Amino acid sequence: MAQRKTRKRYIMSRHEEIFKTVESLRWNLGDRLHDDAVEAIYAEAARISARSVTVAGEAKRPTFDQTLDRLVTNRWMGIPMMVLILAIVFWITIEGANIPSAFLASILLDAFHPALKQFGDNVLMPWWLSGLLFDGIYLAMAWVVSVMLPPMAIFFPLFTLAEDFGYLPRVAFNLDSLFRKAGAHGKQALTMAMGYGCNAAAIISTRIIDSPRERLIAILTNNFAICNGRWPTQILIATIFVGSLAPAAFSGLVSSLTVVAVVMIGVLTTFVVSWGLSKTILKGEASFFSLELPPYRPPRIWQTIYTSVIDRTLIVLWRAVVWAVPAGAVIWLVSNIHVGQESLAEHAVRFLDPVGLAVGLNGVILLAYIIAIPANEIVIPTVLMLTVLVARMAGVGVGAGVMFELDSELATAQVLKAGGWTLLTGINLMLFSLLHNPCSTTLYTIYKETGSAKWTTLSAMIPLALAFLVCFAVTAGWKIFG
Amino acid sequence: MTTHADHCEVCPVNKNSKLVRMGIDVTSFDHLVALAGNPNVGKSTVFNSLTGLKQHTGNWPGKTVVRAEGAFAYGGKRFKVVDLPGTYSLLSTSNDEEVARDFLLFGSPDVTVVIVDATRLERNMNLVLQVLEITDRAVICLNLVDEAKRHGITVDARSLMRETGVPVVPTVARTGEGMPELLGRIDEVASGEFVCKPRRVWTESKRLKKAVDAVAEQLKKEFPSLPNVRWVALRLFEGDQKIIDAIRSGELTDLAESVRTNGAAKNEKTVHHVTT
Repeated sequence: MAQRKTRKRYIMSRHEEIFKTVESLRWNLGDRLHDDAVEAIYAEAARISARSVTVAGEAKRPTFDQTLDRLVTNRWMGIPMMVLILAIVFWITIEGANIPSAFLASILLDAFHPALKQFGDNVLMPWWLSGLLFDGIYLAMAWVVSVMLPPMAIFFPLFTLAEDFGYLPRVAFNLDSLFRKAGAHGKQALTMAMGYGCNAAAIISTRIIDSPRERLIAILTNNFAICNGRWPTQILIATIFVGSLAPAAFSGLVSSLTVVAVVMIGVLTTFVVSWGLSKTILKGEASFFSLELPPYRPPRIWQTIYTSVIDRTLIVLWRAVVWAVPAGAVIWLVSNIHVGQESLAEHAVRFLDPVGLAVGLNGVILLAYIIAIPANEIVIPTVLMLTVLVARMAGVGVGAGVMFELDSELATAQVLKAGGWTLLTGINLMLFSLLHNPCSTTLYTIYKETGSAKWTTLSAMIPLALAFLVCFAVTAGWKIFG
Repeated sequence: MTTHADHCEVCPVNKNSKLVRMGIDVTSFDHLVALAGNPNVGKSTVFNSLTGLKQHTGNWPGKTVVRAEGAFAYGGKRFKVVDLPGTYSLLSTSNDEEVARDFLLFGSPDVTVVIVDATRLERNMNLVLQVLEITDRAVICLNLVDEAKRHGITVDARSLMRETGVPVVPTVARTGEGMPELLGRIDEVASGEFVCKPRRVWTESKRLKKAVDAVAEQLKKEFPSLPNVRWVALRLFEGDQKIIDAIRSGELTDLAESVRTNGAAKNEKTVHHVTT
């Protein structure tokens, strides 16, 4: 021990020798060493490039890039154009996803599921096993595939095309001043945009933010960007409860605009919460950064479609399918294990109902959110199944714990309305879906990135509290003014 | 295309035929290649093109936040490729710049490919010159020459090569144009067939040479495994607190070791440790 200490001191002194040499020599070098070096490098860079670069006659008219930039980053036009582009992307997604969704459902649910049940009967499978496997697990997976695959396969490539074209940095440019006013980093616009695909991926992308304070703000508020698991909920509820109020010709448009409105509320929430955090637990000034607006590049359309389908769509879908397995099993079990006269699910719904109704939701929705913590994608099927179960509707659905998709949105609407749903329930569900806590994968990613249980807990609790608060306020306002 | 394939395979001009993309298999390798460059110049595209991986590329700066690793085999030798985060310089203290700087400094890559944007050569040259201060073996990949052409910009690759003292290869990584030539140059520099004479405006400037030599010699004695003592010496003259601390605590060697041998995650941890 003592010997080691001596050796350490010896090394220390030898190190100090180096510093001494440095100190003694530094006198001759002047104190502007760093600045001189930077200047020398910049001067040399300028000289070399001047020698090697020839520019054909400077363009007199502004180039295409410049014209486009003036438009999309315009002080007044920039943000409205952003909203417009977003609305178009959603509209294409909503309109385009209907047909393949129905097609997949007809194969996976209408054709395959009865065949599997038949197979179960043929091999004399006990009812509970066939129920757990085919009505619980298989249907959960099939539902996730038929509902999620089409919108993702449309939304992700569109988003990636915009990204490859070079639009994202312009969005960051437009939102930078707002984020700075909220005490956050301008690059948060980029990580927020990633969140519209997947919050877990977006949490990793916050590494582009240098300052730990601003990075934490970006992590804690990323949840308010609706991830792809929540799009189906938003789209379906907007179609059923808001779109249906408009004449048939406009219902698609009205539904898209409703989803855009929810997204905008999410952006607003991001600003407000960021501002709140930077004034309280994450105090500090916003730091400056330089953001380069890259040239617009013609996107390689086929390659983008290919990679975004392979890299993003299928990976996200796979994750959802994997989570759907245990969730499907749990749904089937809670609906089929009886305590007294009623199933576990019914007990739970009854227990949660007072809380749910107080915030303009109901016990079914809350239970669905508890069951669907691993993956937001299965919220809607769970809600439908539980609604039918609790209302004991005859002739609808297939049986206890069987997740089903109703053939048309009209039929879904009828089930929900019979279950006591109103426009208020729909609006609250959309808000709740926007604001509530992130899924378990995202929380795990937050824990890995921050290495802190405290920040992970906060990133679950802040959104959850906010979701209940907002739904409660909306319900109270609705009852007073409605 | 298929009709010519047989002839192409055996043609000595076809350098691509010697290329085997090996994806993420980086288990053993003969040469280590680092990809450096400003943000959004196409590093990830070059990386994908070399390794056959499909790391997502995007048209926004800051896409790569950690170093990505991949591999390819060329002419019977195995190359490990490390895609570094995009940086404008190596002199400041942000996280991504440190990842890039520490790797170039302590990872001692056999070849550093600096990818530059032909439409913004001057700004990109700043990084090139800083990289050349650190390493002897570099190749400049003059990317996006198609875009430059569209803007009426021509870059004279031969003149650039003369000025910098390292090979310059014009490329369009998106379409794969120039990639065979790039591979050839990487191989030549890695194997020592081509000896670079990098322009050094800074570590070898007359004013500094004597002082840097003196300290470099001492550093070499103290940290024999350190690949670039001259640059470290210079940082000491500039009073870089992180380097001073690393020497004081003896972590400089550890840092060099860990960057060289360990994966990205471990390396980041070490870097983080040194910076705090």
